[in-house]
Amino acid sequence: MRRITIWLLSTVAALVLLFSYRTSTMGTGWARSAIASDTDGAGSSWSGTDAGTGATGPGSSTGSDDSGSGGDGRVSGGDGTATGSVAQTRWGPVQVKITVTGGKITDVTVLQVPDGNHRDQEINDYAVPILRQEALAAQSARIDTVSGATVTSDGYRESLQSAIDAAHLG
Amino acid sequence: MTTGPDRRAWVAQVMGLPVSVHLRGPGVRTDAVAERVDRVFAELRAVDATFSTYRPDSVLARLGGAMPDPAAAEPLVREVVERCEAARVRTDGWFDARRLPLPGGGTGFDPSGLVKGWAVERAARWLVLPGHDLCLNAGGDVLLRTAPGRPAWRVGIEDPDRPERLLDVVARPHGAVATSGTARRGAHITDPRAGRPAEAVRSVTVVGPELLWADVYATAAVARGADALDWLATLDGYAALLVDAAGRVRATPNWPGSRPAAQTRA
Repeated sequence: MRRITIWLLSTVAALVLLFSYRTSTMGTGWARSAIASDTDGAGSSWSGTDAGTGATGPGSSTGSDDSGSGGDGRVSGGDGTATGSVAQTRWGPVQVKITVTGGKITDVTVLQVPDGNHRDQEINDYAVPILRQEALAAQSARIDTVSGATVTSDGYRESLQSAIDAAHLG
Repeated sequence: MTTGPDRRAWVAQVMGLPVSVHLRGPGVRTDAVAERVDRVFAELRAVDATFSTYRPDSVLARLGGAMPDPAAAEPLVREVVERCEAARVRTDGWFDARRLPLPGGGTGFDPSGLVKGWAVERAARWLVLPGHDLCLNAGGDVLLRTAPGRPAWRVGIEDPDRPERLLDVVARPHGAVATSGTARRGAHITDPRAGRPAEAVRSVTVVGPELLWADVYATAAVARGADALDWLATLDGYAALLVDAAGRVRATPNWPGSRPAAQTRA
């Protein structure tokens, strides 16, 4: 459990940085003063349970647990959510929450974004979907493909499969 | 630490679907392999031109919903008609290509639910490349092959309600992972007995040796509805994960992912 907790907290911190970085590419100058204050885990929280405690253990865990280096996401299982501490940025506080199922990030929610200025709507509309996509695409390093009910051409560009494909094109 | 074999992906839009070919192995950057991949896409396009009920010039559209006469049909059409009949028998009639809603209105013969898996499995013969691993994904239905000593492919199972989420991950060296459901095109699987869209099951993923059958079983299970999981548990060599209309996720006892099995009567 400790391994997954450490990994999750570092992930939350990384996501805060990612969020900041992405915003800076929008030309807001927002990132450079971003402080991810939770790299030591203080102020972050994890709640969840171990997965696969029944007779049918996680099919993906064999042997990968001990060879993982803490930060590579090779965890054996675990369901729940991790909430990052509030990162103080030039524009205000940012806080994200990630949801983990079977040891993998399955959702990213932004709990707090700066308000009181015109950028919060911009951030919500633009950066938050990118943040989600980036986090989920990062996950795709651990899956090779996605099976889903008839992915049509129309929906493909936004799909996780397209992120996986893009990583290997060429 | 050693790195894995070289990996390359190709994507094309065929049959109204994104089709992704992923290959791992030493030859993935050679022209010979790229030509093989081109043949796969070309063959899928040719199949679509023959079987699409959406193309007015296709063999099937010209029949206007009538089932082709197997005796008179060209070999590939005959093969599909025969497979559809086999599928109807194997699924107790829950997969029935004979009376489906047609794009132009009315009902008639539409083998689309079988043609995709059949065509992908057939086209994959171009990619039998020694020393290479194949992961072929056609609109969410996946065919897998792995050379000896290589790691299995890891296939994420999409949450039908939140496509960016995964319900589970299965690691498979060979075979198929097919998902059918009502997630993306609205309720597009017809209950052949009631003659209306099936709604009790949101999605079914079937894992097993052959893509054609994994896909047919998944589609039949969605049509079947309430007792689908019990039926899926009776299928030799195939395992399934089911999401019902209430969002409940259940698996057959032999499900290879991390989702625990549900109690079934099988």
